[in-house]
Amino acid sequence: MSLLEVNNLDVRFALRRGDVQALRDVCFSLDRGERLGIVGESGAGKSVAAFSLLNLIARPGYIAGGSIRFDGQELIGMRDRALRRIRGHRISLIFQDPMMTLNPVLTIGEQMVECLKAHRRISTRDARAISLRRLEQVQIPSPSARLDQYPHELSGGMRQRVIIAIALLLDPDIIIADEPTTALDVTIQAEIMALLLELCEEHNVGLVLITHDLGVVSQVTQRMLVMYAGRVIEQGPTREIINDPQHPYTQGLINALPQMATPGSRLNQIPGSMPSLDNLPSGCAFHPRCGFVTRADGSTRQACVDRVPGFVTSGNCQAACHMVAEMIEHERLPAEEQV
Amino acid sequence: MTIPTSPLERSPTTSRRERLRDSYLLYSFLRDPIAQLSLLVFIVLVAAAVLAPWLAPMNPYDLAQIDILASELPPLWIDGSDPAYLMGTDAQGRDLLSTILYGARVSLIIGFGAVAMQAALGVCFGLLAGYLGGRVDAFLMRLADIQLSFSTLMVAIVVGALFKAIFGGATYSAYAVPLLVLIIGLAEWPQYARTVRASVLAEKGKEYVDAARVMGLSSRRIMFRHILPNTLSPIFVISTVQVANAIISEAALSFLGLGMPETQPSLGSLIKSGFDYIQSGSWWITLIPGLVLVVLVLVINLLGDWLRDVLNPRLYKG
Repeated sequence: MSLLEVNNLDVRFALRRGDVQALRDVCFSLDRGERLGIVGESGAGKSVAAFSLLNLIARPGYIAGGSIRFDGQELIGMRDRALRRIRGHRISLIFQDPMMTLNPVLTIGEQMVECLKAHRRISTRDARAISLRRLEQVQIPSPSARLDQYPHELSGGMRQRVIIAIALLLDPDIIIADEPTTALDVTIQAEIMALLLELCEEHNVGLVLITHDLGVVSQVTQRMLVMYAGRVIEQGPTREIINDPQHPYTQGLINALPQMATPGSRLNQIPGSMPSLDNLPSGCAFHPRCGFVTRADGSTRQACVDRVPGFVTSGNCQAACHMVAEMIEHERLPAEEQV
Repeated sequence: MTIPTSPLERSPTTSRRERLRDSYLLYSFLRDPIAQLSLLVFIVLVAAAVLAPWLAPMNPYDLAQIDILASELPPLWIDGSDPAYLMGTDAQGRDLLSTILYGARVSLIIGFGAVAMQAALGVCFGLLAGYLGGRVDAFLMRLADIQLSFSTLMVAIVVGALFKAIFGGATYSAYAVPLLVLIIGLAEWPQYARTVRASVLAEKGKEYVDAARVMGLSSRRIMFRHILPNTLSPIFVISTVQVANAIISEAALSFLGLGMPETQPSLGSLIKSGFDYIQSGSWWITLIPGLVLVVLVLVINLLGDWLRDVLNPRLYKG
């Protein structure tokens, strides 16, 4: 059994005009020490997925169904007191913007000590010693001085290092990193990613990396999920998905990378934009933007418009697409006839 | 292991004194003569009030020291004065300077006590209402609305009159100070609750609060340790205004005969006791305590103005 198993997760936001489903049937798992990437456009539900893992969806959002099993315990419906023992201790979260995540009126040391004391019976002196060791591990210059500094005295890159140090403070099993480098300078981004990867490997920490940067995902993660409009549409080993994407949306994302365009020509893009979650197209949510639908034959085109596609397995990957299903069917039929 | 730091970087160990020296608060204070003067006057008044038992020529609470024959003597600079009484005497023959010093003490105790009470109640209710939201918020804020719809004076008159009627005048005199602290404190807590709630609502949406929840901290720790320190600036600013208001409320109550009894006068009851003699020419009994009250309230308000300007992040260009 995996360390973290998410099944049929269904998260909704109760709005005045009715519920909006932010996540539908999201399933994935994470083994100890494994690194998983979640990619998708803005609004695909990546961050909602991350927050619901800690059962931290704020009103009006709520978890309507599904299960999240962590180390054998069901997190959905767990009492707040028990959840607090998991948050920050077994699963920690790194936010997008290091400028905002540290409390401006407390020193770095105070915030780290507080986190330690919330989970362990420990003296302030010992807590400071542990904090100092973590700051050294994230390679901050003059770590002992940082303990008594306020967040505004640190640069963005240093703050993100502090946040990584806080995330590692209690030796968690899983770190969820929600776009940890988007708010940083490009030159710092690579450093921070390399540090995060190194620390995860060193401490055998599982990583859920949420990003829209396919380059980072391909370098850091072993498996990946592609999300679109609240659903997982493709999942599998990162290398296979990057090299041979099955779902038209994933293909579109990879084709949209600047490296994929021929020099001198316009960059590739996926036409249209992500549909609003409260007004999803029928059938496959991607079908209005999908370049293959118009070229597909009648019955498949009808399926795309009418029915939500289920997962079909191709190699080690799974994709939720009627086209892929049909192609696999075609490949299999001649093979069977030969036998 | 030490990594050399750039010379521009602050030295690793900065003491609190160094932080204060480098702070914007001190910088702005040293460039604001009105704030400096206000603080000076305020400190002198508070020191005089605190040290009243040692500074005052006589003890106005001690009936043995009072000489009724020396009543209504004018201040030193007017003909017919007695050099023993710098600011003259009141109708009972109490030295006015001593009475003012003791009276300022009572006024300040009630002012600060009432504000401490308001702040304690208001900050707790405001934090709960803002952080928990929903029904708790609705309930506490409606309670605040109801409280605000009674004026301080009305609450004080009703409570004070009831207390006097039930326990008698002697008991009332003995408990006048804590009772006034309680009344003024209860009447004005919504000011704090509303201000704190508004700041909490603004702070609650910030990511550091989410980060604190992600760390697994309890709601109480998040409220008091993470959110409260971030709402302190407005609390400081309204505190100055509220101290001044509480002193005025107490003076007004005493002037109406519902506050401090004349045997242990505050500035307000002194003004009142002199008011009856103003027609007979003994203006100083009312005017001098009145001036002290005005100056006290004015310097507190001026300090509050300065503090508001310094702590306002929109005006702050650090």
